[in-house]
Amino acid sequence: MSEAIAPGMATPVPFSKSEMMIVAAARELAGQHVCFVGVGLPNIAVNLAQRTVAPDLELIYEAGAFGARPARLPLSIGDPTIVTGATAVVSMYELFSFYLQGGLVDVGFLGAAQIDRFGNINTTVIGPYERPKTRLPGSGGACEIAINAREVFVIMRQSARSFVETIDFRTSPGNLGGAEQAERIRREGGWLGRGPSVVVTDLGVWHFGDDGEMRLDSLHPGATLDEIRATIGWEPRIATSLATTPAPSAQELRLIREELDPLGAYTR
Amino acid sequence: MRDAVADLVRDGDTVAIEGFTHLISFAAGHEIIRQGRRELTLARMTPDLIYDQMIAGGVARKLIFSWLGNPGVGGLGAIRRRIETGEPAPLEVEEYSHFGMVGRYTAGAANLPFFPIRSYFETDLPVANPLIRQIESPYGDGVVFAVPPLRPDVTIVHAQRADAAGNTQVWGLLGCQKEAAFAADRVIVVVEELVDEAVIRADPNRTIIPGLIVDAVVVEPFGAHPSYVQGAYDRDNRFYLDWDAITRDEASLQAWLREWVYDLPDRAAYLERLGPARVASLRPTASARSGVVDYGEYR
Repeated sequence: MSEAIAPGMATPVPFSKSEMMIVAAARELAGQHVCFVGVGLPNIAVNLAQRTVAPDLELIYEAGAFGARPARLPLSIGDPTIVTGATAVVSMYELFSFYLQGGLVDVGFLGAAQIDRFGNINTTVIGPYERPKTRLPGSGGACEIAINAREVFVIMRQSARSFVETIDFRTSPGNLGGAEQAERIRREGGWLGRGPSVVVTDLGVWHFGDDGEMRLDSLHPGATLDEIRATIGWEPRIATSLATTPAPSAQELRLIREELDPLGAYTR
Repeated sequence: MRDAVADLVRDGDTVAIEGFTHLISFAAGHEIIRQGRRELTLARMTPDLIYDQMIAGGVARKLIFSWLGNPGVGGLGAIRRRIETGEPAPLEVEEYSHFGMVGRYTAGAANLPFFPIRSYFETDLPVANPLIRQIESPYGDGVVFAVPPLRPDVTIVHAQRADAAGNTQVWGLLGCQKEAAFAADRVIVVVEELVDEAVIRADPNRTIIPGLIVDAVVVEPFGAHPSYVQGAYDRDNRFYLDWDAITRDEASLQAWLREWVYDLPDRAAYLERLGPARVASLRPTASARSGVVDYGEYR
């Protein structure tokens, strides 16, 4: 499935919205050390980051690999390529107990089906739990990652169905009802995590302000504020000095297209 | 396989076919469908395609899980239809997070009344599943969540090798097979290769399940396909992608079950239908041998 090419940009190589999203997400990982990789879009973003801005990134896959160096982009996060050449293979008990709950994860990188303004995430159901309109995959490791990783990055496509005023089910806690409440509950509960810090979509990059609400800091080339408003269930907060995300470089696009996702499984 | 399933898997059992992406015993799942088991409670962290197939085959009344999908591809149609529409019959679900499921098997294996974890805070999961309960630390330093022990009647795992006594060795992703096996009343181990006891004893660090807890060893090469076995064959990602269209529609799913499960007597026939070219295409592109460690001899 092809996507609209961002028009009017002075870039040598045209790119899709999905490619821009993956590149912007990978760049957010610059300077990070230990990253817990979620299924789906996070997987391609962290693999791009390891090949560009964060060569020393230690990848943790919940299936039980620490320090993975995938030679190919795994379709599933339990692929044999995350084992060969990894620093350690551990049981899932050790992974969740010692590595995650023990406080060794800097960034948990998650996808989401629904998100609200405070970064609370639903990946469980659309509609009522007992008889859902759409049954989604559920938590997997996401709920414990959201609580125990130092910070949480989210990558997801933006739409009126995904950026909603009220999520149908809270699978993974974000900033709850706002920063004040979230900070109190995290402190009282002894959580290690500080919650979400960035949401990268196919339209822009959002960071979380002091009050715990997400704020659009950067708009991808070709995207408009009208598009942002048409794909969100609340009145969005826009940075006063709104930036334009630098377009993907030829090198980033080559890595995605030739090395990571030649079949377009992630960029469709 | 026929005898192991006939002897050890009974109607109404709680069955765990574990293996996280790696080492999923599709061969055992298909044999359970063929033998027409009913009213099973199926437990798995990730139901994967095998439980979609088994649930389409009508073997289960309940599913215990933590992530329901075809990773990187899409949904599991048979399971989703039963949850979303209750057709052809409702499916009871009991849902956790991954760590919750790992904790459940660990408590089951260690004979503990519950397992405490720092998950579930401020989520709707304990509302959806009241077996997830908040408890106070007896030492006065806060609150954690408890999950109950999971003790399957039968756990089935696939592995690279075992000896005749069931001493089982695995390399690559370990998932929670060890915990699920120790938690179970009965254990079936399915292996690529049956080896001499001396092979096991030469590398004891690699043994994850002792024969002490194993009730049956089944030798079934390629029995994990379309899942994979580290060092032996790759995950058949093409099949996982193809499943998306098959599972969308109940009729096409039932046609698939007829062709690949009901109309075949066993795994050997499945492999014949799969064909040598497909099998060959899944072999690793090169070998990546581990170094050899020296355990030393001490007399």
